[in-house]
Amino acid sequence: MIEKPGIGRPLAHVVLVLGVLVVAFPIYYTFIASTQSLTTILRPPLPLTPGDQIAANYGEALFGGIGRIGGVAVTTLLFNTLVMALGIALGKIFISILSAFAVVFFRFPLRMVFFWLIFVTLMLPVEVRILPTYKVMVDLGMIDTYAGLILPLIASATATLLFRQFFMTIPSELVEAARIDGAGPLRFLRDILLPLSKTNIAALFVILFIYGWTQYLWPLLVTNDNQMNTIVIALKKMVSFADADTPWHMVMVTSILAILPPVLVVVLMQRWFVRGLVESEK
Amino acid sequence: MQKAVFPNRVLPYLLLAPQVAITIVFFYWPASQALYQSMLKEDPFGLKSKFVGLQNFTQVLGNPDYLNSVRVTVVFSVSTAVLAMALALFLATAAEKVVRGKGFYRTMLIWPYAVAPAVAGLLFLFMFNPSMGTFAYLLRDAGYRWNPLLDGDQAMLLVVVAAAWKQISYNFLFFVAALQSVPRSLIEAAAIDGASSTKRFWTIVFPLIAPTTFFLLVVNTVYAFFDTFGIIDAVTGGGPAQATQTLVYKVYNDGFVNLDLGGSAAQSVILMAIVIALTAIQFRYVEKRVHYA
Repeated sequence: MIEKPGIGRPLAHVVLVLGVLVVAFPIYYTFIASTQSLTTILRPPLPLTPGDQIAANYGEALFGGIGRIGGVAVTTLLFNTLVMALGIALGKIFISILSAFAVVFFRFPLRMVFFWLIFVTLMLPVEVRILPTYKVMVDLGMIDTYAGLILPLIASATATLLFRQFFMTIPSELVEAARIDGAGPLRFLRDILLPLSKTNIAALFVILFIYGWTQYLWPLLVTNDNQMNTIVIALKKMVSFADADTPWHMVMVTSILAILPPVLVVVLMQRWFVRGLVESEK
Repeated sequence: MQKAVFPNRVLPYLLLAPQVAITIVFFYWPASQALYQSMLKEDPFGLKSKFVGLQNFTQVLGNPDYLNSVRVTVVFSVSTAVLAMALALFLATAAEKVVRGKGFYRTMLIWPYAVAPAVAGLLFLFMFNPSMGTFAYLLRDAGYRWNPLLDGDQAMLLVVVAAAWKQISYNFLFFVAALQSVPRSLIEAAAIDGASSTKRFWTIVFPLIAPTTFFLLVVNTVYAFFDTFGIIDAVTGGGPAQATQTLVYKVYNDGFVNLDLGGSAAQSVILMAIVIALTAIQFRYVEKRVHYA
C-alpha cells in the first residue's frame, strides 16, 4: 500500500461505472428498441424500459423472414455467419499449425523462402486488394459460396507466426525423447504438440471467430444472393434513410441477434481471449 | 544449441502445402494483378486496355478528390486513435485503483470488441439520426442544429465516436496489462519522495507504458484505416459531399461503383505501401521495447 486510499478509490469506481454506462448503453438502447413497436420507435424519445413487443418482434425476425432482404429469415443469416466464422477460425488454425510445425521441426531446402512467402502477407488486409481478389473469385466461380466467403480471409500469416513462436519454446529434449521412443512427426504433433497448444488454440479461436463474424467488406462483395448474406450485410441492406419504410424494429432485433453470439463467445471465453489477445499481439 | 528436428524429406512440403496454396491463390495472384492493373488504362467500354506506366499513379496523386480523402483519413484516424486510447487509458488507471469488482468491470467493458464495426455504426446512426434518433431529438431540443446527414463535420464526429467506442475495449485490455507491469517499487519510491498521484502518473507510469501506447497507436491507426470501412459505409456512405470518404472507401467506390479499375488498383498499391511502412515501424519498435523491461 502506497498511501491511504482516500478519495481515490471511490472516485475510481465512479469513473468505471460511467465508463461501463458509456460502453454498454448503445447495446442496451438497441435491446430496448428491439422490444418496441415500429410506431413507438419512430416517435422519439424512446422509453428507457423494454416494451411489450419482444416476443412478436423476435418471432417475426427469426422465423417469418424479413421482406427488405428478400424474405430471408434471420436464422438463415445466423447460419451463414456461423459457417463463415467457424470456417475462418478453424481453417486458419488448421493450416497455421501445419505450416508452423513444418517450419519449426524440419530442416529442408527453401525452408526460409516458404517462411517469408507466408510472412509477407502479415497485416496486409483483404481491403487493400479487393478488386483483384474479387476477380479471382469470379474466375474460380466462388461467388455466393461458403468457400468464397472463407478462403481469402484465411490467407494471412498472423496465426502461423503465433504458433511458430510457441513451437520454438518447446524444448528440444521433448522432440528427442519422442524420436527415441519411436514416435514419428505426425504422432509427435498429435500426442505432444497439440495438447501443449490447447490454450493458444482456444485464445486464437476466440479472436478469429470474432474476426470472421464481424467481417463486412468481403461478404458484401462476394455474396449477391440474399440467401447467402451474413447477418451484418443483411442489416446494412435493411436500412435506408432515403425512404421512410425501414423496418427499424426488425433492424434492432437483427442487431441484437448479430451482437449476441460473438459477445457470448468473448464473455464466456474471457480468460483465454484476454490472454491470447494481450500476449499474442505484443 | 541446434534444435532437434525430424529427418523427413517430403513431409514438410506436404504440411506447408495448404497454407502456401491459399496464400498464392488468394494473396500473391490478386496482389500481382493489382500491381499490373495499376499500370493499365481501360477504354470506356472495358474492351481494350493499354499500358500507361505510372500514369494512373500521377493521376491519382494529382486528383483533388484523392488528396481530400487523404486529409479525411488522417483526421479520422488520428481522432479515432486519440479518443479511443485516451478513454481506455483513463478507465484502465481507474481499474488499477479498485480492488473489488475488477473482473466485473472488465467483463462489462469488453463487449464492444465483439460488435461488428458496421453494426456499431448502425447503432450510433440509430441513436443520432435526425429523423428519429433519441439523441438527435435531445440535441435539437437543446437548441443545437444537429444533422449529420447534411453537415460534413457532424458526420465525421459521428463516425469517429462510433469507431472509437468499438476500439475502447481492445485498448483497455492492453493498458491494464501494461499498468500491471509497472514496478511497484518505483511508484512507492516516488510516493515516499512526496510525489502526488498525478505527478507519479505523468513522470513514472506514463513513460514506462510508452511502448504499449506506441504499439496501440499503430494498431489503432491500422484499425481506423481498414476495419472501419463498415462503419463508414453503414453510417455515411462516404458523404455528405465526400466529407467522410477515407482511402479504403475510395478504393471500393472507384473500383466497384465508378468502375475506374486502373485508378482503384493504383490506390490499392499506394495503400499496400502505407501498410507495409506501418508494419515496418511497428517491428522496428517491437525490437526496441525490450530495453524498457
